[in-house]
Amino acid sequence: MSATLEAASLGCHVTLVDSDLALGGQLIKQTHKFFGSKDERAGTRGFKISEILLEELNSYKGTVEVHTNCTATGFYKEDGVVSCVIGEDEYFRIKPEKIVMATGAQERLLPFPNNHLPGVYGAGAVQTLMNVYGVVPGKKVLMVGAGNIGLIVSYQLMQAGVEIAGIVEAMDKVGGYWVHAAKTRRLGVPIYLRHTIREALGDKIVEGAVIQEIDDRFQPTGKEIKIDADVICMAVGLTPTCELLWQAGCEMVFVPQLCGHVAQRDLFMRTSHKDIWVAGDASGIEEASAAMVEGRIAGVGVAKALGHGEASEHSGRLEEFKRRLADLRGGEVGQKICQGISCCTVNEWGV
Amino acid sequence: MNEKEKLFNGGVLTEARKGAIEPPRDLWENKKNGLVIIECPQRIPCNPCHTSCPTGAVKAFKDINDQPEIDYEKCTGCARCVAVCPGLACFVVDLTWGGDGVALMKLPYEMLPLPQEGETVDCLNRIGNTVSKGKIVKVLEPMHDRTMVVHVEVPRDLVMDIRTIRVVKQA
Repeated sequence: MSATLEAASLGCHVTLVDSDLALGGQLIKQTHKFFGSKDERAGTRGFKISEILLEELNSYKGTVEVHTNCTATGFYKEDGVVSCVIGEDEYFRIKPEKIVMATGAQERLLPFPNNHLPGVYGAGAVQTLMNVYGVVPGKKVLMVGAGNIGLIVSYQLMQAGVEIAGIVEAMDKVGGYWVHAAKTRRLGVPIYLRHTIREALGDKIVEGAVIQEIDDRFQPTGKEIKIDADVICMAVGLTPTCELLWQAGCEMVFVPQLCGHVAQRDLFMRTSHKDIWVAGDASGIEEASAAMVEGRIAGVGVAKALGHGEASEHSGRLEEFKRRLADLRGGEVGQKICQGISCCTVNEWGV
Repeated sequence: MNEKEKLFNGGVLTEARKGAIEPPRDLWENKKNGLVIIECPQRIPCNPCHTSCPTGAVKAFKDINDQPEIDYEKCTGCARCVAVCPGLACFVVDLTWGGDGVALMKLPYEMLPLPQEGETVDCLNRIGNTVSKGKIVKVLEPMHDRTMVVHVEVPRDLVMDIRTIRVVKQA
């Protein structure tokens, strides 16, 4: 959405396809207030931010075409065609001049005995059920992972009246913001640092879990703790969704700090394929605020390549967005991101 | 990792540190409407406590990732930051309020059910243990965004322990 808005504001015609029923990506299920500064709409709840972006998009009715429930299923590098399917059977092909791939991320899961039982969820599914469809996933949840997603989803479950049996975290400190941890702790939720889940308990459905302390080398040690729960929620990280980038033959590099394979990109987020840009979690796992700024940068990059807008406008906007990204990445969590980005950024493609 | 570090690493403040300090006692004792306590010890990119502060008491950030610093002389205890902070990390404590042995806390609250004025609630410390009862004085929604600021009368000696309330289900 951010890339579309930026490109459209410079005069590009944009076709926006999204596999979800509504635009907004993860924002539509984020009921917490965002961090950042006024530029990033700090203090505004995520789903409100998607409403604001949607309203902004609506002002480009003449130049922006939106398809929801529409999956970009393939990129054919021989002729630059993208195939799309609306719903399950309405196919179409489109040949854009330039493409921004902002396909987001997918959740990682952990292998453990009985993880096939109904009641083992990914945190994204829990958040969708609860905050998009108004369905609570169960009565008592064991959260696995104390990154921002694990912490925030735990808090949101409590807001929905669901009990949190505990949050299990393999590292020796929470990975998410300290204040999110403090918010859940003061409501009585235990956080088990240096612990892992050993198995899910239950016959036909989840009835509990066994967790255990781990040592420096992540080997289980110490006594096992049995936890009663009817839901085990996995919030153990994301990995960039980059199939289309692979298909396009973009130069890819594995960057642990960005949580998987990502496309090499220049300062405008252009990949090694001259017609393809990347933005958001698809270019490396990070906070939503940064993803939105990256989308804006990619939007400017596309407009520049298509000859829309003045050169001074492009460089001015890029500088402003770069400043905002540097602010967002200046904290403790941002250091890792910056290291990762330096591993996959080129100054300029030799085209 | 000792017990204290373990607690802190899991989101529990164990002692004053940068971004989480206690207001100066002398000023605090006599400051009508109270002073803010911010517990935000980690560098994260966030500054609404400063940008929303009507008096400049939360000082301008050199870097948006800095921990907040407070000029207590300027703090009026208005609790705007309590309502705005995305991390629910701001709390106002008014030591001049009420009679002997009590104080007023203005706490952020985003749970249901909402407490009612005059209701007795549980007061919870940083690890969720009930440490006392409290009496709800006022429930406000300053930004009209579902984050409530709950004014609750609490035992004065527990203002550095109590960090939230729980509505007790009526039997």
